[in-house]
Amino acid sequence: MEATVVTENSTEEVWSGGGKKPFAASYGKMMMWFFIMSDALTFSGFLVAYGLMRFKFLESWPIADEVFTHVPFVHGHFPMYYVAFMTFILIFSSVTMVLAVDAGHQMKKGKVIIYMLLTIVGGLIFLGSQAWEWKNFINGTYGAVMLQDGKIAQFVDKDGHQIALSDFVIKTDHDRVQQTRSTGLWFVEEAGTLPPYTLAEVVSSFNANPDVGLRSEEIDLEIKKKKILSREEANKYLARATDVVMGANLKVNEYGKTLFADFFFFITGFHGFHVFSGILINIIIFFNVIIGTYEKRGHYEMVEKVGLYWHFVDLVWVFVFTFFYLV
Amino acid sequence: MAHAEAHESHTGLIWKVFGFLSLITVVEVILGIIKPASLHLTHFLGTSFLNWIFLILTLVKAYGITWYFMHLKQEKTSLRRAIVWTTVFLICYLTTLLLIEGNYIHDRLFPYVSWNYVK
Repeated sequence: MEATVVTENSTEEVWSGGGKKPFAASYGKMMMWFFIMSDALTFSGFLVAYGLMRFKFLESWPIADEVFTHVPFVHGHFPMYYVAFMTFILIFSSVTMVLAVDAGHQMKKGKVIIYMLLTIVGGLIFLGSQAWEWKNFINGTYGAVMLQDGKIAQFVDKDGHQIALSDFVIKTDHDRVQQTRSTGLWFVEEAGTLPPYTLAEVVSSFNANPDVGLRSEEIDLEIKKKKILSREEANKYLARATDVVMGANLKVNEYGKTLFADFFFFITGFHGFHVFSGILINIIIFFNVIIGTYEKRGHYEMVEKVGLYWHFVDLVWVFVFTFFYLV
Repeated sequence: MAHAEAHESHTGLIWKVFGFLSLITVVEVILGIIKPASLHLTHFLGTSFLNWIFLILTLVKAYGITWYFMHLKQEKTSLRRAIVWTTVFLICYLTTLLLIEGNYIHDRLFPYVSWNYVK
């Protein structure tokens, strides 16, 4: 029992690992690196699983450019811009974090406070942006039909650009009500919200409008674009359609493979949760700086340790950005 | 402390690294929007040139973040290697195995996926 008894002199020593510093790094910093390494392997496991599925469905995976095309307050097709902004915000908050660490080394409390605050604000902007990105993805852009074997077929105009259902579908049927457990069958649940049109409306509007074409999920690997079907093929596809799909969730995805939506929600969600907890930790440290905890302690190493975590979150985003949006 | 002697400010270096990382991101985004056919539709070692460029730029960015923001550059060489070599090795190992497997599954599965409906 004696070994665990904390004597007056050794309080600091026991907490910091007995005063020994392997690799000349403090106990806390070393443990942060241990955590970061294990977390890095967790994230690489997720991303590699995504890679596995993408290789498996190489010729039918959704094309990211066509999925994430929204910019706030502007209508139109803008791939990449918004996510580039998000990346920039996260890198910038990393810079303010490292500036806080730098100011901490020089014991400049005022500067540490300002830079920590900027870091927190950057993190909040990023989190808000991600929520907005999720909202767009969940609500959907164009709408599509799903065939009985789970394939997705999307609608295009004469030039092969994707068009929304609302651009050509004429509403004739009465509004169907969303099926809930109390009104519908208790053992059946609808996959997501009620689509704005019925399948019959979509098919009849398609037949009535010769300018509208149908696009398969299959990618023409020569030009890396989704294949556009002939009218005859399109009719065969529509004969097998079972549902109108609007937006994406864990069960259906108007942009293509549902797996894409699953991985998107899971990986960006897990990363977003890291950002969220990073912000919380940053706020705690921020107030500790204000009340002078580290000034009294004589060093700002705690800021450095949360800094490591924050930079790690940025590091993960660099890879998520590459594998979800670029490659 | 690794920084015991380094009390002078590194602000200049930090902003330089920031400029560098932003520049890489801008290049990535421009390439991602334009997708030049000469890079996008050509093949090199299993994927397109464009994808190789993205992967390499990503690794360069990761280097910038870990070395300068996470101060790996200032840590002892032994600590840096214990962290980087271990992680990089394990990730490469996992990636190689799973992507080979994914490719195999694709080759087996692809012949059975129908894109033409008879009726």
